Amino acid sequence: MSAKYWRLPQLSWRFAHVWRRNVMVWRKLAIPSMLGNLADPMLYMLGFGYGLGRMLPDTFGMSYIAFIAAGTVCSSTMMSASFEAMYSGFSRMHVQKTWDAIMNAPVTLDDVMVGEAIWAATKSFMSGAAVLLVAAALGLCQSALALWVLPVMLLTGIAFASLGLVMTALSPSYDFFMYYFTLFITPAMLLCGVFFPTDQLPQVLQHVASFLPLTHAIAMARPLMNDTLPASAALHTGVLLLYAAAGFYVALAMTRRRLLK
Amino acid sequence: MVYLTARSLRKSYGDHEVIAGIDLELKPGECFGLLGPNGAGKTTTLRLCLGLTDPDSGTISMFDLPVPRAARQARARAGVVPQMDNLDPDFTVRENLLVYGRYFGLGDEYINARIPALLEFAGLASRADDNIKTLSGGMKRRLTLARALINDPDLIFLDEPTTGLDPQARHLIWQRLRQLLAQGKTIFLTTHFMDEAERLCHRLAIMDRGRMIAGGSPRELVDTHIEPQVVEVFGDGAEAWAGAYGAGLSERCEKTGETVFCYARNVEPLLHDLEQRPELRYLHRPANLEDVFLRLTGRDLRD
Repeated sequence: MSAKYWRLPQLSWRFAHVWRRNVMVWRKLAIPSMLGNLADPMLYMLGFGYGLGRMLPDTFGMSYIAFIAAGTVCSSTMMSASFEAMYSGFSRMHVQKTWDAIMNAPVTLDDVMVGEAIWAATKSFMSGAAVLLVAAALGLCQSALALWVLPVMLLTGIAFASLGLVMTALSPSYDFFMYYFTLFITPAMLLCGVFFPTDQLPQVLQHVASFLPLTHAIAMARPLMNDTLPASAALHTGVLLLYAAAGFYVALAMTRRRLLK
Repeated sequence: MVYLTARSLRKSYGDHEVIAGIDLELKPGECFGLLGPNGAGKTTTLRLCLGLTDPDSGTISMFDLPVPRAARQARARAGVVPQMDNLDPDFTVRENLLVYGRYFGLGDEYINARIPALLEFAGLASRADDNIKTLSGGMKRRLTLARALINDPDLIFLDEPTTGLDPQARHLIWQRLRQLLAQGKTIFLTTHFMDEAERLCHRLAIMDRGRMIAGGSPRELVDTHIEPQVVEVFGDGAEAWAGAYGAGLSERCEKTGETVFCYARNVEPLLHDLEQRPELRYLHRPANLEDVFLRLTGRDLRD
């Protein structure tokens, strides 16, 4: 692939025009969108938390519903960022040609991509925050330390938005995203500690899990909601930052190749 | 002063050279048309001029700014009407204009002050709060044109502005474009409609297979490249007639489908001969740009 596509991103505040456009669309459907985003994680959290939790002793140092609440906050952030970056991003890029229209104005593809990544992260942040709010209302956040989950969600959102944008750049159609969900998102849901601790898994799967971004998000969110400072926070933050930066860079190069050829 | 200059542009995709060394220049106030069959390289030329793709070689400048390096700044003074409508389906007519103006860094107050006049221009004043999905094809085109004017551009690019529109809608677009020219705007359009080019453009270039193969005003092109009179002959036996008589009575005789085109400076002998043949129908007309176009780009179908 030509080296010019791998030029470093040219960052500017113009990304805000793109972000603001997406906010304006979202506001038209904000309530149903929020409720839709909240329904799925709530069902998992309450269903498993109360249903399964009743049969489990507090072996994780907390009630099972508190355990799963932390996992759900992170997984709903992951889901929301992925959906926005892939399905909605693909609609804007490929189906509606919204990005083409924007690039005819004095806005570059780099601006568009930054705007889209930050927007997907914003939307996922709102989803995660809604779950966190419900968890707090149910008394599942032990202290104000839980507020530190907010920046964790933002970072998680950016990481999954960037990874999603890579898929969007490569995708010929909506069907393509199923591969990503089947091969990446579903394994993350099951291996990264949403429903049970990763150390319950065979060694090999623990290894796989340690490379997945969701593991690192949960490793910070869970103690923070349980009034504990997470161990190796720098490592977890670093991994998420790495996924965000590398993912965005690859997504940008791939999208440049697709749209600016 | 020159608004847009391109020199020796080349661009290939793999082994296929889509732009094979073209030069062009646009002066303020003129309407320049790029005419060519499908796949001639018209859209790629526009994309190169706007800095949306890099040439393999050659130089471009818009408003004396180098493209693609400073294309973003140059686009601040340009308006673009793309071939495919890409209005924002999530917004109303008015919101489309507002949001597009923001991409230019314009303030809401400035944009909102411009919107009524733009809606008036587009004939959409009564549709301001309607969803895009309820607009007809012609309305969408007019809104796309109004959107391209949101930043009060000096140079407007239009890529096949009337493709897919019905005759009424096309005439309305042409009228608006003439209005813009009267206001002193500069227009760069691509088209494969000869009547469009003939009506609007001061200067034309005919493009085929990535090259400019002819240029000039519509009148000059007709005068330079083709005999002034045409007789079209159709009906059973037209082809046989052409072989036996038509070719001898005209300077050039070409067949497309079931029609024979006879080109000549003096068509009296042709018409006299045809009057004796009631089985053939014919039409005598002056040569036009379409004749030039077909002569230069050939009559074979382009897909």
